[in-house]
Amino acid sequence: MPSDLIPAYAPICDYALIGDCRTAALVSRWGSVDFLCLPRFDSPAVFAALLDARRGGRFFARPVGELRVRRRYLDRTNVLETTFETAAGVLRLTDAMSVAGEAERRGELLPEHELLRCLECVAGEVEVEVGCDPRPEWGVAGTAPAPRDRRALGVTWEHGNQLLMLRSEVPVAAGAGPSGHPGHPGQSPLPGLPGRQGVYGRETLRAGDRRFLSLASATAEPGVFVPLGDAAARRMERSVRWWEQWVAACVYLGPHPEAVVRSLLTLKLLTYSPSGAVIAAPTTSLPEAIGGSRNWDYRYCWLRDASWTLTAFFDLGFREEGQAFFSWLLYATRMRTAAPAGHRWTPRLRILNVVYDVHGEVRLPERPLPWLEGYAGSRPVRVGNGAVEQLQLDIFGEVAQAAFEYVERGGTLDASEGRLLRQLGETVRALWREPDDGIWEKRSGRRHHTYSKAMCWVALDKLLLLHDRGAIALSAAEASAFCRDREALRHAVETEGFNQRLGTYVDVFGGDEVDASLLLLGLRGWDDPAHSPRLAATLAAVRGRLERNGLLYRYPPGADGIPGGEAAFGICSFWLAELLALAGRVEEALAQFERVLAYANDLGLFAEEIDPQTGAALGNFPQAFTHVGLISAALAITAATGRARRPNAPAAGAKGVRL
Amino acid sequence: MLWGFCATAVLTTCLAASQGLGLSRISMPLILGAALTADRRRANLYGFALHMANGWLFAVLYALVFESLHRATWWLGAILGLAQALFILAVVMPLLPYVHRRMASEDYGPNPTSQLEPPGFLALNYGRHTPAATILAHLLYGAILGAFYTLSA
Repeated sequence: MPSDLIPAYAPICDYALIGDCRTAALVSRWGSVDFLCLPRFDSPAVFAALLDARRGGRFFARPVGELRVRRRYLDRTNVLETTFETAAGVLRLTDAMSVAGEAERRGELLPEHELLRCLECVAGEVEVEVGCDPRPEWGVAGTAPAPRDRRALGVTWEHGNQLLMLRSEVPVAAGAGPSGHPGHPGQSPLPGLPGRQGVYGRETLRAGDRRFLSLASATAEPGVFVPLGDAAARRMERSVRWWEQWVAACVYLGPHPEAVVRSLLTLKLLTYSPSGAVIAAPTTSLPEAIGGSRNWDYRYCWLRDASWTLTAFFDLGFREEGQAFFSWLLYATRMRTAAPAGHRWTPRLRILNVVYDVHGEVRLPERPLPWLEGYAGSRPVRVGNGAVEQLQLDIFGEVAQAAFEYVERGGTLDASEGRLLRQLGETVRALWREPDDGIWEKRSGRRHHTYSKAMCWVALDKLLLLHDRGAIALSAAEASAFCRDREALRHAVETEGFNQRLGTYVDVFGGDEVDASLLLLGLRGWDDPAHSPRLAATLAAVRGRLERNGLLYRYPPGADGIPGGEAAFGICSFWLAELLALAGRVEEALAQFERVLAYANDLGLFAEEIDPQTGAALGNFPQAFTHVGLISAALAITAATGRARRPNAPAAGAKGVRL
Repeated sequence: MLWGFCATAVLTTCLAASQGLGLSRISMPLILGAALTADRRRANLYGFALHMANGWLFAVLYALVFESLHRATWWLGAILGLAQALFILAVVMPLLPYVHRRMASEDYGPNPTSQLEPPGFLALNYGRHTPAATILAHLLYGAILGAFYTLSA
C-alpha cells in the first residue's frame, strides 16, 4: 500500500502495544505511535491520533511510497519489530519503551520515560520519513506547543511542567511534511491550529544504515537527554534482555504456550509497577460499535476480575507480581471510598467501589472531550469513569476469593487485612438483600442479579474458609452470622435465581433470560460443573442464546439501556472454554479455546470485544480481562488434561495447580 | 541555627510547590545530587541533604552581613535574598553545564554521563515561571533570616 494511502483510522487490530509498566503506547502497523499518555496510563495523552487523526498528534517512522508490512514481537518480549518491504529495499523498525533493572538504573541517569525507535535498512535502499507532532492535553485548542531547537540536544516541546525531548539521527526540522501536516499524509493543517508544531524529516538509507529516534519525557523535573548511536543500541538490547529475563520465570507447560506468554507479557505491560495495580486497558473510548457512543475510559482498575488476575500471576510463576497486585487490592479497598448512589460511607459499612485508579483513588469524574472526533467518528471521547455511582455486590466475592487464593498460595494476612476482610463480610450481610447494578454495569437500573447474590455467597464462604484455616479471626457470633447468611443466599439463588420452567439459572431473580455471568457460577465454586445438572442446563442455555461463531455475547444485544449495539465479549468466550474444562469436557474446551484464539490479531492481542461476523476487534485495546480469561482457561484446560489422565484427581483446585 | 533551618525549609518548600503546581521543573535536589550519583533516587536524597546544608551555610553568610551592617530586618534580608537569587539565576545557572559532571550542554549534546538538562539563562529551560519562583523563594528565605536574626551585643 502506498504510504500516502494509509487510512486515517487503522483497524483496532492493527495496533501493537509497547510500554514500560507505567504507561504504554499504541503503535500502528504503519509505524505510527497514535496513542501515548504521559507520565502514567491515566494521564492526558500527548499522542491521540487514535481518537482524532487530525488533531490528536502522532509520532511516525516509515518508508515513503509503496510498501508491504509484517510485524512481530521479538521472541518473548514486548519489543516490537515491524518490517517494511518496498520496491527498492527492506526497512526494519524496532520499537520499545526503555526498561531497565534496578541495578542498571542505579548506574545511569535515565529519563522518566523513553520511547526508543530504531530504523535499520536491511536490504537495498529505502527513503524513510519521520514526523513527531505531540499534542499535550489531548490536543485541546491552544495547547499545542511549538518545537524548540535545542541544537545538540535535539528538539523539545514544553507544556506546563511536562517536557518532551526528541533526539533523532534522521535530520528533522520544525514544520509540516510535504503534504502540509507532519502527522497525517494527505491532509492539510487544521484550521485554527498552527500546522507547524511538529517536526519532520526524510533520509535515504542504504543496506546496513541504522538510525535511532528517542522521545523522552520529564515531568516536574529537569529533563534527561539520552545519547543515541551505540548507547541507544545498548538501551534497546537492555530492554530486550529485561523482558526476556522477566518472562523466563513462566512455568506454564500447557497448550498454546505462545498465546499464554503473550497474554502474560500484555498483563505485565498493563501493570502499573509502582503500585502493582493492573489497568483494564491502556486506551479510552475505542468504540464497542464503530460510530457508536459506547465509548468508555478503561485506563483504570476494576475489581471485577481481581482473583483471576492474582491467580494468573501466581500460577504462571510470578509471585512478586501477584503479591504486589494483592497488596494494591487491599490498599485500594482499605481507603475511604466514595459511596455509591443511595449509600453513605461509614467505617463499619465498607462498600467497595467498582473502579479505582492506579493509586486507589475513586473520584474519577467522567467528562467528554468534545474537540476530539473519536475513533472513526465514534463520539463522544470520554475520560474518567462514572461507575463510582454504581453498586456492584459481586466484587465483594472477588476480593474475598482473591484473599482466599492468596492464602492458598502461601500468602499471609496481617491483623489489619483480616479486620478489613471481616468488615467486608459484615457489609455483605448488610447489603446482599438490596438490588445492585450488576457485573455488566448496565445503566438500566438496579436489579437483583443472580450472579451478584452468588458472589455474596462466595464472599461469606471464602471468609469462613479463611477463618477455618486460621488466616483471619472471626468471633463465634460473626462466624455464626456469616453461616446463616451464606445459607440464606444459597436458598435465594437456588429458588429465585433459578427458573423452574426453563430449567436454568437466570440473570435476575424471577427473570427468564440468561447472561454470560451465569457461567461464572461454575467457575466460582457455586457447584461442581461436572456433576450439577442445573449448571449443565445453564451452560447449554447460555450457548444457545448468546453464542455466535464460537464467541459469546455477555447478554442479549440491546438489553442494557444504552443506545447502539455491541459485539461478543472476549472474556466470556474464554469463560466458556474454562467451564467446559471444569465440567470434564476437555476436548470441547480445547476446541473452544482454539476457536477464540483464532480471533487474536497477528501479534496475539485481544480487544474487549470481537465482532462475530467479521472478527474485527472492538472496544478498548488490548484488554487485560480478555487476556486474564485466556490464561485462566489455559490453566484450567491444562489441569483438566492432567485430571483426565489421572481420573481420581479431585476436581477442586483446577486453578491452583502448579504447573 | 534554628531560623537558618526554617528559612531553608521554606525555600525548599516554595521550589517544590512550584514543581507540584506545574510552574517550574527546577529541582535543586536532583541538580545537586546528580553531581554525586547517577542513581535518580539517591541523587534526590543526597541533593536534598546538600541543599539543606547549603541553606544553613548561606544563613551564616547572611548573619555576617547583618553583623557588618549592624542591622537585621526582614526587608534587608529580602534584599539579600533577591541579590542571591539574581546571582544564581543569571550567573551560576548558565555556568552549571561547565562544572556539573552530569549536565549536558546545548553545544555538545548528551553523552553517556552528561545527560541532565542544562538550566540556561535565568533557568528558563525549566519553565518560564522558574525565575519568579526562585526569586520568591529567596525573598522569603532572606526575609525570615532578617526578621528573626538577633544581632550580637
